[in-house]
Amino acid sequence: MNARLKSSLEVSFIYLVLAAAAVAVFYPLIWAVGLSFNSGTSLYASSMFPKDPSLEHYRWLFASPESHYLTWYKNTMIVSGCTSVLSVIVTSGVAYAFSRFDFVGRKSSLYAFLLLQMFPVMMAMVAIYIFLNLIGLLNTLGGLILIYVGGQIPFNAWLVKGYLDTIPREIDDAAKIDGSGPLRLFVTILLPLITPILAIVALTNFMMPIFDFILPSIILHDADKYTLAVGLYKFVTEKYANNFTVFAAGAILIALPVALIYLFLQRFFISGLAAGGTKG
Amino acid sequence: MHQERLPQQFDRAGSGRPGHRPAAAILLSVLFAGLGQLYNRSYLKGLLFLVIQASFLVVFFDFLQLGLWGLYTLGTVPKRDHSVFLLVYGILAVLLLAIALLFYALNIRDARNEAVKLRNGWVRPPMSERLRSAYRQSFPYLLTVPGFLLLIFVVVFPLLFAVSLAFTNYNLYNSPPRTLVDWVGFDNFTQLATMPIWNRSFVGVFSWTLVWTLVSTTLQIGLGLLLALLVNDSRIRFKKLIRTILILPWAVPNFVSIMIFAALFNDQFGAVNRTIVRWFGGSGLPWLTDPFYTKIALIAIQTWLGFPFLFALFTGVLQSISKDWFEAADVDGGTRWQKFRHITLPHVLFATAPLLIIQYTSNFNNFNIIYLFNGGGPAVRGQTAGGTDILISWVYKLTFTNNNYSMAAAISLIIGLIVMTFAFFQFRRSRSFREERNY
Repeated sequence: MNARLKSSLEVSFIYLVLAAAAVAVFYPLIWAVGLSFNSGTSLYASSMFPKDPSLEHYRWLFASPESHYLTWYKNTMIVSGCTSVLSVIVTSGVAYAFSRFDFVGRKSSLYAFLLLQMFPVMMAMVAIYIFLNLIGLLNTLGGLILIYVGGQIPFNAWLVKGYLDTIPREIDDAAKIDGSGPLRLFVTILLPLITPILAIVALTNFMMPIFDFILPSIILHDADKYTLAVGLYKFVTEKYANNFTVFAAGAILIALPVALIYLFLQRFFISGLAAGGTKG
Repeated sequence: MHQERLPQQFDRAGSGRPGHRPAAAILLSVLFAGLGQLYNRSYLKGLLFLVIQASFLVVFFDFLQLGLWGLYTLGTVPKRDHSVFLLVYGILAVLLLAIALLFYALNIRDARNEAVKLRNGWVRPPMSERLRSAYRQSFPYLLTVPGFLLLIFVVVFPLLFAVSLAFTNYNLYNSPPRTLVDWVGFDNFTQLATMPIWNRSFVGVFSWTLVWTLVSTTLQIGLGLLLALLVNDSRIRFKKLIRTILILPWAVPNFVSIMIFAALFNDQFGAVNRTIVRWFGGSGLPWLTDPFYTKIALIAIQTWLGFPFLFALFTGVLQSISKDWFEAADVDGGTRWQKFRHITLPHVLFATAPLLIIQYTSNFNNFNIIYLFNGGGPAVRGQTAGGTDILISWVYKLTFTNNNYSMAAAISLIIGLIVMTFAFFQFRRSRSFREERNY
């Protein structure tokens, strides 16, 4: 009896802790959602549960001629889509070479990749700016995509290589005996086997441009070139308390689909990351 | 890779071509790429190499000359020579040259190998066969070339540029095209160490960066682990729902949550001061205007942002620990703490070590939260760094607000070295690196 009492006390304590965590998780999110339904733009007059909820900010985002929201959405999707596809192509090629071939500079490149992924992009901002200016890609989405695709190589090449290493070489040998060349072996046999990790590379590189704010804010200058993160940030910083409710509305429209994708794929994501990261 | 090469074929006499001298082949290809191959009577390849080197020289000769001169002098005539562009050209020229030299070396090696084989009596297989084997041998290079080129221009070149800026005197008051920038050796680092305005800021920012990294990362790891253990308890129900809720902060875009928090913590309008603090009878705290409270808020927010990923990660690992271990421990009468200390914890840490290290290094350079929450502020009188600036956000301010490019570069070089050494040793000790196979 005593043991049962102790056990149920423990269980209720655990639930209590979890409930506290859940409140902490939900509070800011619900607060932002509530804010976006407030009419008027003043942060002071707004409350978490507005008395007369209105959709005026959402309407403004889509309907107002001053709003670039749809353009930003489109820009972000272009950057995300291209970064994601190009990253998968480039990275899987590099990872395949690292995992299955011996070539001049293989080992030292691997070390170099490990070091390169440590450096924050911030360090190189000025140079990236000058470089893009030099090749005429400053203030273009193409320039941004180029930097993203290049920057993700070191980390993701390790990740995909780690996954490829776990696939037995007997498969390669069998395919070679059947007469398939290295390219066909890769495309028809290995690629299907490593789709889980490639999906992660695709997903992270799709998400990164949505989240990233610093690089586009340096590279993109015109309001109609902005990605969502930069555009929304400008809402808040240019006229602080004035536009926070509009920001909240815009932010929710981007956070919602992203959150749904994440929640849907998280198991997949974690297991792949753990496999590629530790078994490499 | 050697196994797929065809067995060497010897000609009928088996005597080879004793007059064929590898030394001559080497000498010729050192002279000009392709000549050695021509000497080996590999006409097509030789011609191709010749054309490649010739066109490289024609296209890039002027650029290389300008770049190398620019890198050395950084310009000699103000207003005509733009030092920063010369520096950029110089670094690009060095990179181009390095790539070219690599190919040049491969060309020499190829000429020598072929010549040695010819002397030993190797007979060239037919054209189609040779093309196929050339394709096979160059395949890994074909795969990596696009990635490497991108990496060189987008990552390596900017880093080299940042590193070289650290040794110049490029700042707002000394900037081209009005004036020339010069190489100043370690002056920036000396200033950082000796001049009071610099070293006071540096020590302050650096120590906060360390505290920030250690406290916020450890808290998020600790909280993630604690919650993962609690939810993993067999008596807890609705596990799936609870996990979904706890992962939510990870799913919301980072910049959105940080800016929501910035508004929540706003001194006058924010809900934290207007609602939560008042419940406890307080009258509001200066969250954004007092460095101490800003730091507390930052650490709390980072914990909120960071724990879900670790929670999810640990949950995955916990489920993979075999039950046998715990049963064995039960037989031996192990307490719950002993089981945690000797089975769960080692298992979890071992499986996730590299990812945990990444957590620390990414918080060390967590620019987003510092910048978006309060811009590194509140501002501190007489300093370029704000009260909560970490090194990386200080670098940003120095670059884009104060335009003190060389000092920013010097500090970011220090950041780079710290992160690099720390991570490198940790990675070498971790399993994934030691198991890297050797061919």
